[in-house]
Parts: sequence; C-alpha cells; structure tokens
Amino acid sequence: MSDASSGRSAAATHEATRPTELPIRLIDEKGAVVRGKRAAGFAMPDPETLLALYRRMVVARRFEAQVTALTRQGRLATYPSALGQEACEIAAVSALGVDDWLFPTYRDTIALLTRGVSASEILSFFRGDWHAGFDSHAHRIAPQSTPLATQALHAVGLATAAKLQGDPVVALAFLGDGATSEGDAHEAFNFAGVWQAPVVFVIQNNQYAISVPIAKQSHARVLSDKAIGYGMPGYYVDGNDAAAMYAVITTALERARSGGGPTMIEGLTYRMESHTNSDDPTRYRSAAETEEWHGHDPIDRLAKHLTATGALTEVVADEIAAEAEALAAATRDAMNVEPVLDPLELFDHVYATPRPALLEQRAFLAKELADS
Amino acid sequence: MTLIEHRSIDSASATAAPPATELTMAGALTAALRDAMAADPKVVIFGEDVGPLGGVFRVTDGLSREFGETRIWDSPLAEAGIVGTAIGMAMYGMRPVVELQFDAFSYPAFEQITSHLAKMRNRTKGHVQLPVVIRIPYAGGIGGVEHHSDSSEAYWTHTPGLTVVTPSNPADAYSMLREAIASDDPVIFLEPKSRYWVKDAVALPVTTAPMNRAQVLRVGSDVTLLAYGPTVKTAMQAAELASLEGLDIEVIDLRSLSPFDDETVGASVRKTSRAAIIHEASQFGGYGAEVAARVTEREFFHLAAPILRIAGFDIPFPAPKLEEHHLPSAERVLAALDTWEW
Repeated sequence: MSDASSGRSAAATHEATRPTELPIRLIDEKGAVVRGKRAAGFAMPDPETLLALYRRMVVARRFEAQVTALTRQGRLATYPSALGQEACEIAAVSALGVDDWLFPTYRDTIALLTRGVSASEILSFFRGDWHAGFDSHAHRIAPQSTPLATQALHAVGLATAAKLQGDPVVALAFLGDGATSEGDAHEAFNFAGVWQAPVVFVIQNNQYAISVPIAKQSHARVLSDKAIGYGMPGYYVDGNDAAAMYAVITTALERARSGGGPTMIEGLTYRMESHTNSDDPTRYRSAAETEEWHGHDPIDRLAKHLTATGALTEVVADEIAAEAEALAAATRDAMNVEPVLDPLELFDHVYATPRPALLEQRAFLAKELADS
Repeated sequence: MTLIEHRSIDSASATAAPPATELTMAGALTAALRDAMAADPKVVIFGEDVGPLGGVFRVTDGLSREFGETRIWDSPLAEAGIVGTAIGMAMYGMRPVVELQFDAFSYPAFEQITSHLAKMRNRTKGHVQLPVVIRIPYAGGIGGVEHHSDSSEAYWTHTPGLTVVTPSNPADAYSMLREAIASDDPVIFLEPKSRYWVKDAVALPVTTAPMNRAQVLRVGSDVTLLAYGPTVKTAMQAAELASLEGLDIEVIDLRSLSPFDDETVGASVRKTSRAAIIHEASQFGGYGAEVAARVTEREFFHLAAPILRIAGFDIPFPAPKLEEHHLPSAERVLAALDTWEW
C-alpha cells in the first residue's frame, strides 16, 4: 500500500493546501465576516449549521462548568477542561459523519458529549469507576487517550482498515500541541501519508502542555507546517472561529472520503482553565495573558455574528440556555448518585479466553469481600 | 481443572491424514500464515520487509505474490507505528498479523503493546477486542550482532492482557500460529530464531495441543526439566546425556508462557519432586523466577529440593563470538542438577 497504488500525484495536490501565513478565519472577533486572502477560499457554513454549532458550544460550556464544579465538590477524581476550545471540539464532531470514527484525548469530553455519549457514561472515567465507560463501537468513538499521540496511530489503522474494505469511513484524531512532540505523532503522520489513509488530524494548539508553552515544544513556524514533510495538506486555522474550523474540517473529511488521503489541521486556540483541577497556572502564565484571550472567546464571537445576522434572537438564546441548564441539572443528578461497582468485574474483561489462574484470584477476592 | 476447551482451527485437519513432508519451522509458519489468509479475508500481514523480500527470515516468503498488496504489505520502518496501526485495524474488525523484525526491535513498540494492545479489552469492558498477533523472532544462537539476540519474554508475560506463546518445532509452529490468529485476545508469538531451519516430518494442516497447554516431550521419573522455544532442544540433549548416567529426566515444553500451564507442570513435579527451568534470558527477574516461585508455592510439600534456574548470565547479550558462553548448554544443565543433594 502506497501513494503510488492510488495513482495520485502527491506533490501536485498539495501546492494549494500549505499552511497559510496567518490562521484561516471566516468570522472575526467582532462577529464580522472575513473575506479574501484570510479566508483562503473557504466558504462560510450555512446559517443553520452556524446556529447548531453555537447551540452545541453553549451547551458544552455549561456542561463543563457543571463538571468542574462537581470535581471541586469531590464528585469526580479529576477533570481536564476544554474551556475556550469549544470551536475546535464542536466543529470537529459536528462535521463528522455517523459512520466516521473519533479518536479523542482526555481533554475532548465535550466532543464525546456532542456526539451522543451520555454524561454518566463519559464521566465514569473521571469519576474513577472504570477506564472507559461507553461502548466504542456503538458511538464509533475510541476511549479517551491519556497517553499522548498513541490514539493517532489507532486512527490511521482504523481508517486504513475501512479503506481496505471499501467503506467510506474517515477517522478523525484529536491531538494537542504537546502531543506533536511524541514519536507516535510522527509515526502516525508518516503512516497516514504513505498509506494515504482517510484520516484527519486535528491539532488543538492550546499553547500549553500542562505548564510548558508551545515555544518549548516546537521550533516550527506553526505546527501545521509539519504536514509538508509528510506529503499531506496542512491548514493553519483560527481555532476559536467555529465557522473556519467547520469549513476546513469538512473539506478534509470530504478529501479523505473520496480517496484523497490524510489532512493535518492546526486550530490555534487557548486553554482558558488550568490543565486539570490539580494544576496551578499562576506558576507559569500571567493573568494578563489569559485575560487577553478572553477577548478571543469562540462563543462570544459566534454570538455576535449570529445576532447580527438575526439568527440568534432572544427567544432562541433562551431556548439554548434552558437546554444547557437541563443538561447541567441532569449531570448533577447523575453524578450525585454513587455508582454501585462490582470489584469482581476487575477480572471479567482482561481476556476473551478465561484463565484458570485469574479465576483463582477472582475467587480469592470474592472470599475476601464475603469475609469483610 | 480443564483449562480451556480447544478451539477447532481448521476442519480440514479432521479429514484423512495427508502425507508427511520434511518441513522447517520457518516453512511451517509460512504455511500457517498462508492458510489463515486463505481462510479469513480479515487476516492481513504487514511489517518491515515482509512483502516481496518475504521477511528477513523468509517467513512470509511468497505470500505477497499470492495475496497481493491489499493483504500483505511493507510498512514504514517504525515499530510503534506497526503495532499502533494494527490496533486500529483490529478495532475495525480485521485480524492483523504483524512482524517485529527482531526481539530488541520490539522495544519501540513497548507502549503500544503494554498500554494499548494489552489493556484495550479491559478498559472498554470487553467492548473492544483486539485480535492482533505480533510475531517476534527472538533469542540467540545464530551469531546475531548486537540487539538481534534478546529474549524479551518476561516483559510481555509481566503484562496482563497479553497471551505469550513460543513454539519449539514445526508442527507446533503451524498449529499454534493458526490458533493465535483465530484468538480474540492479542498474542505475542515468539519465534526462536535458532530453530527456524530445523526440519521435521509434518503433515499439514496439523493440529497439535492447544496453544495454552504445556506438553510432556519426554517422560521421566527423577527430574522435571522445563524449557521453551530455543532451550527445548537443550533440555532434550541434557535428558539423553543424563540417561547415560541413570538419571531419568522428564522434559516439558512449556509452549505457553502466559498463561502458565499449572496443571501439566504441577502433575509432573508431584511425580518427580524435583524441577529446573532453562531459558536464555538473564536470570534476575526472568521468567524462571516466576516459574520457580509459583511451582514452589503450589507444590512445596512435594519438592525434595529447590527449583533451579539454568539461565543466561545477568549481562547484556554478548557479541557473537562469546554467545556460546552465555547460552545454557546441556552440560551446564547437568552440572546444575549435580548441585542438588540426592
């Protein structure tokens, strides 16, 4: 399997899709439409799509505020928030088709939520009930990966399997800026290029890997410049512009689905919250910097645009707020019920083929539980 | 206790026995791969040099020509990439059989194997199964240069979620590889390089004992000698030499390193009351330590002497001209048995 087998000329198709000097943008901070060079030829998504993105982003932000509060209350063991990154998260999953696969990281909880996984199923991970509490095949979402970049290789493998079977399935892998330093990221990009895998890499450059800023992570001009080296199209996008992220990701998904191979997309964004609840950002970044990024908020920007176009009326805003509150309440209710965990299940899923020695250990724990 | 019922891997094996032919272990492995690919279109093979070259040990010889590039292909040279993409393919329902070219070249894939391949089924409560086979040519005795002779089995057997097996002869090589590919669990399939070219008369397709069971290769009453992969031959040689001195050694080929066949080994040790294990890997923290501890815990009151380990020294694998001093020999095995009080 190689590019040669698909009969395409890699070099010819990549000329127009090198990362731009400035991040691609369709809506600016004031909500105004961006045209010309900065839009890089991408068309504005239709108004219904923009409103749907907005609704999902608002709901997701309310969900995360609730989950962060529950974590502070001790209901969850930990929670890595994607506050400020809603445009990347929601645009990506909204662009995905129902048969496509998502390969998320630990920070992409709201992407899972938006794709239809229930709050209690997702949060069983962060509550500490089990490592992955949902059925990957039912949702076509891999477990949230805590090791960095390893899931990108899984995405390439799954996408390649789909291609071999003739299925029009695309795999979308989220990565962070820190993850691009990992060897597995390089191997995933390289395998995807050589195999022309129908995969889309969405790098959410939120500028911090826990405490380490992007300047200590990469000397590249922008992360998406790496795409050139792997022979794939690369896009440098304003990651706080949901319209631009949606447009670029949709293009990449279509390219992958029609046999055009992989794409690397970098969304430039900012992690507004700490890494997790146990982190202390005051030790490594200034309040002024974070405050400055409040001015680039992805939800505010889309709200301004949709208000200007007339799509976001007070009535619609109230409906969205009510939906968000209802989800927050349901999440509270779900998380305030202590789960009933069966310690004996620890032995039940390790192997498909039962092992006598493991059954002995299961019986040992069963007796210990019975005696206690 | 019955361990696990044996999966029927090939209905053809139940028909009238075909004639036996001389077959190397490498040839038996090739036949197993070919038959598995023919039987199941979900079986794909990739790795370094496995395509037109047929692998550096020629185990995939001819398969590229026979099945084409959509079933077997050369991957980029990156072991984490090979295993990581195999995981993704298995998530989509395929049965990848990948080759990591040499034992020590499996280490770049360590995280993908231990953190993902091994754990995926458990972390998803069984929702995601990964029927991946990782073939690894391993161990010394072929004059390999640095990093080409490691016995890394203990890394894998220490990892819950992995099944680790190693054949020592052509018939087992065929049967165990077919069973590994049919298994819904990920399997680390360790191929002893020094045994690749040894011939046996085998009628294919052959179904030997289930891959999770040890086999008694030589019945004896005085000592249980445990071996696997490359050291099975050493154990048999030691047993023959010992018989000249009137010592009756039972030789067990473990075949499966994880799971460990407590039943077969336990029955033998209860009979002989003495046991020793041979492996090429370093002794400290090696597989033999687990075997010695586990058999002692279970059979202590049947044992007349401590369980011995005849293993490689606790040194990095030597350069080719010195490896003979590192590898356990039949003479070294007999010398070890002489240290027991009889």
